[in-house]
Amino acid sequence: MPILGITASSILKVTGSYESIATATGTGSSGTITFSSIPTTYTSLQIRCTSQLSSTSNYAILRPNNDSSTANYTFHSMYGDGSTVTADGYITGLSGALSVYGTDSGQNSDTTGVGIVDIIDYASTTKYKTFRSITGYDDNGSGLIFLISSLWKDTTAISSLTIVAQGGNFTTKTTFALYGIKG
Amino acid sequence: MEILLLRPPSPFTESKDNMATTYEKIATTTLGSAASTITLSSIPATYTDLRIVLANAFTSYALDTVKIRFNGDTATNYSATQLMGDGATASSSVQSSVSSGLLGRAGYQSTRPAMITADVFSYAGSTYKTYLSDSAADQNGSGEVLRHVGLWRSTAAITSVTLMNVTFEAGAIVTIYGILKA
Repeated sequence: MPILGITASSILKVTGSYESIATATGTGSSGTITFSSIPTTYTSLQIRCTSQLSSTSNYAILRPNNDSSTANYTFHSMYGDGSTVTADGYITGLSGALSVYGTDSGQNSDTTGVGIVDIIDYASTTKYKTFRSITGYDDNGSGLIFLISSLWKDTTAISSLTIVAQGGNFTTKTTFALYGIKG
Repeated sequence: MEILLLRPPSPFTESKDNMATTYEKIATTTLGSAASTITLSSIPATYTDLRIVLANAFTSYALDTVKIRFNGDTATNYSATQLMGDGATASSSVQSSVSSGLLGRAGYQSTRPAMITADVFSYAGSTYKTYLSDSAADQNGSGEVLRHVGLWRSTAAITSVTLMNVTFEAGAIVTIYGILKA
């Protein structure tokens, strides 16, 4: 399980309003990636990723502060699969915020899913946290494009983010990059 | 119309450490006259992702589909999955093995310009290239909002991007950004 603290990977980057905090790459042997020691100095966080999993259950959830309580997460989504549009939503059931779709390495090892997740006001200590995700994959004839809104029902500032595959492991073609955006 | 990026034009491209910044403009241009294609070439492999923004995009004849090609590849190496709403219906469609990728819709006439953005992930990497695009084309009573995930089945690094399939009228603004991970 890769655990990246911010000091390990961000020291050479030029600072600005949009800063790279840390990046993690899949190992092929773990379905979990954690960003720890996230500073509270930004207004928002953004994750950009390429995602490939060793399973047909090819999506991942985000757990702020490693909270796995299903009572603390809700989500709504709209997605298209190339023929049908579906609006979906749950008030319980997932142990994290639904966030990223990847590809199954067993189907095509050259394709990855992609995603952009925005977490606004992540350091607030008075509000629940909303995650907005745009994610999907295309595999030349099949694909999914998702718009997702998730809520973490907790007022604690987010200091870590754990990305948990919901089947299999993240392959070495998986990269999650965490950015901080200043207001 | 081709825009050569022989040298990154941004004064912020290189810091005193010769390190690229995390999110920076590589190039931008405003069309002075109508063009059937817009090509951004000589894209450096310096970054992790690319972000392309096409603003003030319109045609003189109809709402029409903007497509994308990478490295001038005209083979049927492109595919895309689309999610669309047109004010009455939501729909999803797919294109496979086509010679250019779906990107979005250009507006109709200068009073109804559209905006299209595209994020191209790991554009210099060794896997096939996947992009996310969105398109906002409201036409005052009609219009479309679209999202695409597209694939270019090539392991080559992307060095040029061509926007095509419509006549872009003068005033269209294209900007390409580079995003760098830690």
